Amino acid sequence: MKARRIVIKEEYCIGCRLCEVYCITQHSPSMDIIKTYKGKFPTPVSGIYFEEKGNTSFAVQCRHCDEAPCLENCLTGAMYRDKETGRVLHNKEKCVGCWMCVMVCPLGVIKIDYKEKKVVSKCDLCIDREFPSCVEHCPNEAIEIVDEKGEKIEKKG
Amino acid sequence: MKTEYVIIGNSVAGVNCIEGIREEDKEGNITVISEEELYNYSRPLISYYLSGRVAKDSLAFRSMDFYRDNRVKLLLNTRAERIDTGRKQVITDKGRIRFDKLLISTGGKPFIPEIEGLSEDIQGVFTFMTLSDAEHIKSYIEQNNIKKGVILGGGLIGIKCAEGLVEKDIQVSIIEMADRLLSTTLDKQGAELIEKALKEKKQCEVITQDTIRRIESKKNALFKVILSSGREIETSLLVVAVGVKPDIQVIKDTPIMYNKGIIVDEYMRTNISETYAAGDVAEGKDMITEKYSVIAIWPVAARQGKVAGMNMAGGNVIYDGLFPMNSIDIAGVPVISFGITNPLKVDRYEIIKRIDDNCYKKIVLERNRIVGCIFIGRIERSGIFLGLIRNKIEVSNFKDELLGDDFGLLVLPAEYRKHITVGEGIEV
Repeated sequence: MKARRIVIKEEYCIGCRLCEVYCITQHSPSMDIIKTYKGKFPTPVSGIYFEEKGNTSFAVQCRHCDEAPCLENCLTGAMYRDKETGRVLHNKEKCVGCWMCVMVCPLGVIKIDYKEKKVVSKCDLCIDREFPSCVEHCPNEAIEIVDEKGEKIEKKG
Repeated sequence: MKTEYVIIGNSVAGVNCIEGIREEDKEGNITVISEEELYNYSRPLISYYLSGRVAKDSLAFRSMDFYRDNRVKLLLNTRAERIDTGRKQVITDKGRIRFDKLLISTGGKPFIPEIEGLSEDIQGVFTFMTLSDAEHIKSYIEQNNIKKGVILGGGLIGIKCAEGLVEKDIQVSIIEMADRLLSTTLDKQGAELIEKALKEKKQCEVITQDTIRRIESKKNALFKVILSSGREIETSLLVVAVGVKPDIQVIKDTPIMYNKGIIVDEYMRTNISETYAAGDVAEGKDMITEKYSVIAIWPVAARQGKVAGMNMAGGNVIYDGLFPMNSIDIAGVPVISFGITNPLKVDRYEIIKRIDDNCYKKIVLERNRIVGCIFIGRIERSGIFLGLIRNKIEVSNFKDELLGDDFGLLVLPAEYRKHITVGEGIEV
């Protein structure tokens, strides 16, 4: 099954990095922005790579590819496709840190926990939310989400 | 009429072939022939099984449901002995199976060099490729309270086996004929970092430019290995991991063409119609060197299996991305390499590299296109390089950025960047 997909419009990105802030908050235990950044728990790693140079900037995260190389190359089955939503998700319990997914991801968006020796972060399209948090909080619609057919899903309100 | 698909071998190429077939044909019958006992398992994980980090029931890379959902008849403990290409039958030790379309994905088998004194009935000598190999080693070291072991071969399999043994409190010596570990994937500088990590973190002894000339046994049990240099090591455990070769036994006496492995085209077809091969048994054209090669790695087996499956079921897909790529974590040091990493004809290639804090990055270029890379220590975003190699992207405009810490998609040509970030998913 095809997943929704995030697309980016780098011409609209102003480099505010709110996408990162909200990604981190969404994946923190409290899901509260103040507690996440000022709290006692370690701050989670964002599922986004933010790139910036001069006037060009953009956020890039997992595309939940139809033919996902990370899935095809995962040695353990830790990387899996959610049957209902088509999302490519990662089960940390099963990960042994072989780095095959890192090697084959053409966007280079899989992050590593070098201490724990596991894949630490990849975009899950915000499992608990209707809209990924980065999409919702981007002030400039530089990050959009499209449906299975590639059509933009409009934010409410 | 339903198509009868038969797949010999149930490892990564075979499993991906099932998926490929089912993308195109939901109706046909699929039969998979496997010598193994387990419904599937990930061979690279056997070192983790040996150490105890991964339990036996977690070795599968597809669940049991996978076979049910895809309506696959899985014949375990069954050995394919011959192929009758004329009558389109596979002859197994349990009977004949007719096919319309056949995939040969029998994989590889360990290569055993000539060693004086070595014979099959000597206890304490093992190979390390299958789960059963790992189980034999595991029970042997537990029963005999083994504290010291020797591994012949400093490649990927030998090193991962060494790690597994170290975690079982065994002191390991690795013996490698070349001047360095991982000699087929790394250069000297890269291999030194690995060697250092193995010595310092795992207390492994690494002996290079040497090999085992002779072994001595007592009452049919291994007791000592004698190296070409004259050095002697007392040990009752020897793992031979000098390499694998394609397991082509099943195609002997058939007209199927082979060199080292079964020769396949980019559709994964052999020279015989309706007969395909994929994975460690197949020999295809390396995209970078343009030479026919057996590249026995997971990513190749997965893709070839998938492509073969789709084409067997009427698809029209090619695989033209064959070249070496390896990812391994050694003593806590992540290592990724692609393509040509240590070219001998130096004037044909340009090499740029950077080494600091036990991190190493090397890029090999030919006419401003990347043909090989090594990443050690820091490996994030290395997949972007894989794309640059596969798509033969001209890098002269951003060559200076390739080694930088903040290398990313941003430095790539805008058109290519758009293609991979906005495009319809990712081309593999």
